[in-house]
Amino acid sequence: MAIGVTTTPEKSKPSGSIIYDPQVRGIFYQVLTLVVLAAFVYWIADNTIENLKRANIASGYGFLNGRAGFDVGQSLIAFTSDSTYQRALVVGLLNTLLVAVCGIFTATIIGFAVGIGRLSHNWLIAKLSLAYVEIFRNIPPLLVIFFWYSGVLAILPQPRESAALPLNMFLNNRGLAFPKPIFEDGSMYTVLAFFIAIVASFFVARYARKKQEATGQRFPVLWTALGLIIGLPLLTFLATGSPITFDVPVAGKFNLTGGSVIGPEFLSLFLALSFYTAAFIAEIVRAGIRGVSKGQTEAAHALGIRPGLTTRLVVVPQALRIIIPPLTSQYLNLTKNSSLAVAIGYADLVAVGGTILNQTGQSIEIVTIWIVVYLSLSLATSLFMNWFNARMALVER
Amino acid sequence: MTTPQANFVRASMIEASAPPIAEGGVVHWLRENLFATPKDTVLTIIGALALAWFLPPAIQWLFLDAAWTGGGRGVCATVAQGGSQPEGWSGACWAFVNAKLDQFVYGRYPLDERWRPTLVGILFILFLVPMAIPKVPYKGINAILLFAVLPLISLILLPGGWFGLTFVETPLWGGLMVTLILSFVGIAVSLPLGILLALGRRSHMPVIKMLCTAFIELVRGIPLITVLFMASVMLPLFLPQGVTFDKFLRALIGVSFFASAYMAEVVRGGLQAIPKGQYEGADSLGLSFWQKMNLIVLPQALKLVIPGIVNTFIGLFKDTSLVSIIGMFDLLGIVRFNFTDANWASSVTPISGLIFAGFIFWLFCFSMSRYSGFMERVLDTAHKR
Repeated sequence: MAIGVTTTPEKSKPSGSIIYDPQVRGIFYQVLTLVVLAAFVYWIADNTIENLKRANIASGYGFLNGRAGFDVGQSLIAFTSDSTYQRALVVGLLNTLLVAVCGIFTATIIGFAVGIGRLSHNWLIAKLSLAYVEIFRNIPPLLVIFFWYSGVLAILPQPRESAALPLNMFLNNRGLAFPKPIFEDGSMYTVLAFFIAIVASFFVARYARKKQEATGQRFPVLWTALGLIIGLPLLTFLATGSPITFDVPVAGKFNLTGGSVIGPEFLSLFLALSFYTAAFIAEIVRAGIRGVSKGQTEAAHALGIRPGLTTRLVVVPQALRIIIPPLTSQYLNLTKNSSLAVAIGYADLVAVGGTILNQTGQSIEIVTIWIVVYLSLSLATSLFMNWFNARMALVER
Repeated sequence: MTTPQANFVRASMIEASAPPIAEGGVVHWLRENLFATPKDTVLTIIGALALAWFLPPAIQWLFLDAAWTGGGRGVCATVAQGGSQPEGWSGACWAFVNAKLDQFVYGRYPLDERWRPTLVGILFILFLVPMAIPKVPYKGINAILLFAVLPLISLILLPGGWFGLTFVETPLWGGLMVTLILSFVGIAVSLPLGILLALGRRSHMPVIKMLCTAFIELVRGIPLITVLFMASVMLPLFLPQGVTFDKFLRALIGVSFFASAYMAEVVRGGLQAIPKGQYEGADSLGLSFWQKMNLIVLPQALKLVIPGIVNTFIGLFKDTSLVSIIGMFDLLGIVRFNFTDANWASSVTPISGLIFAGFIFWLFCFSMSRYSGFMERVLDTAHKR
């Protein structure tokens, strides 16, 4: 398909018929495709309009302002059955984001630990990591979700026989109960101090980098930042008279009272997605670290850099370049897999949308919302990771 | 006259002595692999403790305390729960799996007609095994048998309704049979479709390129479950009044389309890795587009991406479990369906059933990934750097 081949005008005149000219053929095929596609779309649209008319379904997004009439199990914002469909979808979206962010966080930690474990010189650790990867990679995520949901969490003890965990937490078949912080007057100073500490840490890091570039002296950024982020809110907290208290769950006769509860739906989805995706992340991390050539490590050792620093300053930055692109697609996979929530009744976007779809029959609108939301989530994640990747990428001089 | 033997010269060889204990054998291996550094020792101890904490109870639960045989929930419940096991008992309920095994394989396919899926299964193995062993000749005929004759036979045998066979509607199909049919069709459709989409995405014709890119990115951006919802809710809307699709067929279409978008990206990776000279060489020989692709580019490109293709197959196989959400009874669906059987309701039934289903899925996926590693080595023509 050599289009745009420019030779001298005398030779470019094809000796054969015009139907052998690749350019003409290309245009013909494209026009043909377009015509067939247009006819197909017209046929589908025609059928759809016909079917909708027969089913008495008004198309359009007006239904979003209707009363939902159903409750959701877990919601980050206030929601009652009197709220609108629109609000229900927002609740679903927030729940999707919540489980995706928590899952990504945990999966990354487990994945990196297992991936590094697979490269360990320690035979036992390497084999344990291998077993983890081979088991979780080859089992459907849906099955892992059910395993946690109806296999493990459902047969936990009743609320009145809750298993007590450290930090005043309780585990039973209704979920995980934990102390709920109550923010009293003046507590906002503590929160404010926390954010100020984070911003200050950024400036400390910048100052340290500049200082190192100018004088070669290293400044203990990590410890300073930790001290700031933990110390400053703590000091403010004590100075303002301990305004944050905890509502601790107490085991009553039949039920737990007080505290907050994370439902078993969220827990099983979160655990399953984390463990499942971690197996894939582990393989990516392993491939990334092995992708850094041995000469780099040897050169670092030859320069007299200690093994710990070699890993941090030489191996990891180069490995990250290999790791980030596939890691991005794993994060996207996790986000998409969070839609399996519908199987256990966690109110994510797909589950809420499915309920609305059943109630109103507005299938086209709901499916469009799904597609738009998931596509934008994918796009946003890709954009962020591409930005991160560009920062990490090799700057060739 | 004999030469005088000097006292300090040894007349006979001494036996080679064993190397020091620390330099060979078990001790050496342990030192090298488990206790090389203090950090290693700590890790080993933690790992061993974790194993000791997890493994014996797991074995106890899975095998020693398990209820292997029995006709009802009694064998899997304690006395207090109305069963025959002693108080405090907990173990796997393999009796449940044992009793339901036929259902797990065939779903609710009528008992008298189960020879039909069995026959198809036997034919599948008969055609697949010689296909999978590289040394067996006649691959062309074998491929026709596997990808043309077998689907035709299945199409006649499984639903029935002709040649005097009773009609078995698809809602009665279930279990491992449905999982395997979905994956086989998905694999058989997604590979060629994926190749076409990948070629389309690399085409010089802007319209074709745009359409293929849009399809691939759209499908890859959304979860399979929404695709399945779309197939089950929206397909009927798109068709004229009176034309209905079987639910099973709709799931098949959804799964195949979904997998082909992923396949297209894998194949595209292979196409991009082929040096430009190969394309130009084919062009200079005067080959047509399809000759160029079939004879020069695709054989090299597909070989490069075998791991990716098999990973997509494995993903597809795992993804078939999602059809249980839209109300079909694949292996996972039928296992979960049986949890509601009052005759077997006990606290350990669900987890036992799920572990069994997980093991079956694992077995298939693990074999596929092992086979792909084997094929990589077979097809490796030492171009690797």
